[in-house]
Amino acid sequence: MSTHPLGNSGPRAALHGWLLLLPAAVLLAAFTHYPAVATFWHSLFSTPRPNRPAVFIGAEHYRDLLADPIFWTALNNNLIFAAGTILPSIALALVMALWVNERIAGRGLLRLAYFTPTVLPMIAVANIWLFFYTPDYGLFDQVRGLFGLPAHNWLGSTETALGAIIVVAVWKEAGFFMIFYLAALQQIPPELREAARLEGASRWQAFWKVTFPLLMPTTLFVLINAIINAFRLIDHIFVMTRGGPDNASSLLLYYIYEVGFRFWDQGYAAALTMVLLAILAVVALFKFFWLERKVHYQ
Amino acid sequence: MSKPLSALTRIAAGLGLAAALAATPAAATELTFFYPVAVGGPVTKIIDDMAAAFEKDNPGIRVKPVYSGSYQDTITKVVTAVKGGDAPHVSVLLSTDMYTLIDEDAVVPFDDLVKTAEERAWMTSFYPGFMQNSQTGGKTWGIPFQRSTVVMYWNKELFTQAGLDPERPPQNWNELIEYGKKLTKRDAAGNVTTWGVQVPSSGFPYWLFQTFTTQNGIELMNAAGNETYFDKPEVVEALQYWVDLSRKHGIHPPGVVEWGTTPKDFFERKAAIIYTTTGNLTNIRANAGFDFGVAMLPAGKRLGSPTGGGNFHVFKRSTPEEREAALKFVRWMTTPQRAAEWSIATGYVAVSPAAWETDTMKKYVADFPAPTVARDQLEYAVAELSTHENQRVTKALNDGLQAALNGTKTPEQAMRDAQREAERILRAYR
Repeated sequence: MSTHPLGNSGPRAALHGWLLLLPAAVLLAAFTHYPAVATFWHSLFSTPRPNRPAVFIGAEHYRDLLADPIFWTALNNNLIFAAGTILPSIALALVMALWVNERIAGRGLLRLAYFTPTVLPMIAVANIWLFFYTPDYGLFDQVRGLFGLPAHNWLGSTETALGAIIVVAVWKEAGFFMIFYLAALQQIPPELREAARLEGASRWQAFWKVTFPLLMPTTLFVLINAIINAFRLIDHIFVMTRGGPDNASSLLLYYIYEVGFRFWDQGYAAALTMVLLAILAVVALFKFFWLERKVHYQ
Repeated sequence: MSKPLSALTRIAAGLGLAAALAATPAAATELTFFYPVAVGGPVTKIIDDMAAAFEKDNPGIRVKPVYSGSYQDTITKVVTAVKGGDAPHVSVLLSTDMYTLIDEDAVVPFDDLVKTAEERAWMTSFYPGFMQNSQTGGKTWGIPFQRSTVVMYWNKELFTQAGLDPERPPQNWNELIEYGKKLTKRDAAGNVTTWGVQVPSSGFPYWLFQTFTTQNGIELMNAAGNETYFDKPEVVEALQYWVDLSRKHGIHPPGVVEWGTTPKDFFERKAAIIYTTTGNLTNIRANAGFDFGVAMLPAGKRLGSPTGGGNFHVFKRSTPEEREAALKFVRWMTTPQRAAEWSIATGYVAVSPAAWETDTMKKYVADFPAPTVARDQLEYAVAELSTHENQRVTKALNDGLQAALNGTKTPEQAMRDAQREAERILRAYR
């Protein structure tokens, strides 16, 4: 470390370092930091119209937000959506990965089948799911019909619309997370499991005490992705429910889209975006300061 | 430092020149034309063919038709494009988006485009019922193209099976319930196999709802588009009637009924009577495997339906040549002959009385009189709900309607909430 590759030290080395960082820093500043700050700035102004320029209104958008029932519905829905997608999709991914990691016939095909949802574009599969959910002729109602059950309007009733959206998201995500688990499982040295068996551990103990802890770094990565997706994955809502009926399946980001690009109330949309940013910031802090310490890296 | 800068400047200048060259009018004026599709059938092909025929008739003009999704998608795309400085030249948009387009300063009134007496006469050649949503403040902002009213389609076979006269549709609200009860069929387990009546409520339930409010003798908004009357007792009553069709009488599917699959439910005999746009007529005629009828909607205190559908709009950000070409295109698309052909191809109401006088149209209705129903209903039609910040105000109403249809709110509560939200939005426009 005594000689720097360029033979320099001090201010020139620092400059060199900064220059190397510059491209990434410029991209981050231009596409992440500046938009975030600009969004906050815009959220303090009224929305400009051709005959009414924007005026500074301070926290008024934020006060409106607190009084906006649709915002609370969307936020509440989003929390249910997060709870309904994060753990189920991770659990399903893990089970699928353990399953296709075994030496079974047709393993390649099975892996392919589990991974397919990830490859397909969300808009396309949402249309297929739309058909599954269609009352009377849809796949689900056809199957229910075999058992003499009545048709159900899955996407058209307030009770089931959000659940229907959650199922699609889990289906879409689980295969993607499975790939990470599968890769991680193949990294685990087989000796560890053999040692566990020699010690007389049952299959469950071997999984719970050996395999699962070794998968923790993957679980953390997958968990972060799942949390982000819970606030980001809204493509299928456009196709399937458009947030309805009566906002029963509206999520925060979808509501932001509606306010920003259907109602053209950009000031208010900016305030809503700040809420979403704050939620994601809390998630990031939680990851760095708490979860990171719980994870054992090999 | 000066060298690279000057190189940059030169490149920038070059780019600017290239852009300027690209912008200078070439031999042909090119028009971008956005259009939505809201009914079944091969509409994109019909539009492409019409654009090609127009180009053949007008060698100096090229038209680029762009299919832009649903009406909702189209207004979103158009306003985004306007804000980005890349507006289309012409677009078909819901007539109700008029205030939004004016507030965005996006469109030019046709009064500013027409020059000759002939062109001025053309502007007044359409049914007045369709002009209600096309004019405000003494100016004409939209030209009717794919316009419609809500009509009732009924399955004559199912009527006969239920012991009803297949040639006589229900005439009023009470008869609709009475007929609906006879037409609703259940299997041994008590599950409904055929609903008596089905009124779709996804996407734009306010439009279907307006049939009930109009029939109940009340309008939903004022002509200036800055006041709504959602919480009036007549409106609540109308909603109660719609909700009761399913909740009290059990003759209408529960919850929110999908707009898109309603014609299919009709083909599959899952619904004996449906309410939908006359724009679906050709689709239903081609796909219904049984004898069906088309009628005006059953009357409440009076007959009634809102008009609906799309108008042509010409956008502000355009050169004089482009505007002239745009006017030519819109005029060409709405000539009586073309209006008749378009009406036959889709089922939309031919927009001018002259179109009904063409041989093409006369021949068509001679052996298939159904299209005249929507035309005759125009006499009882009112303007479709349209206000400033239309998307937002109609969402307030739509949310309320869907809440009531789902039973999460009473009709009264739902309409009170919708009115409160509309008040909040429209206060700024008074």
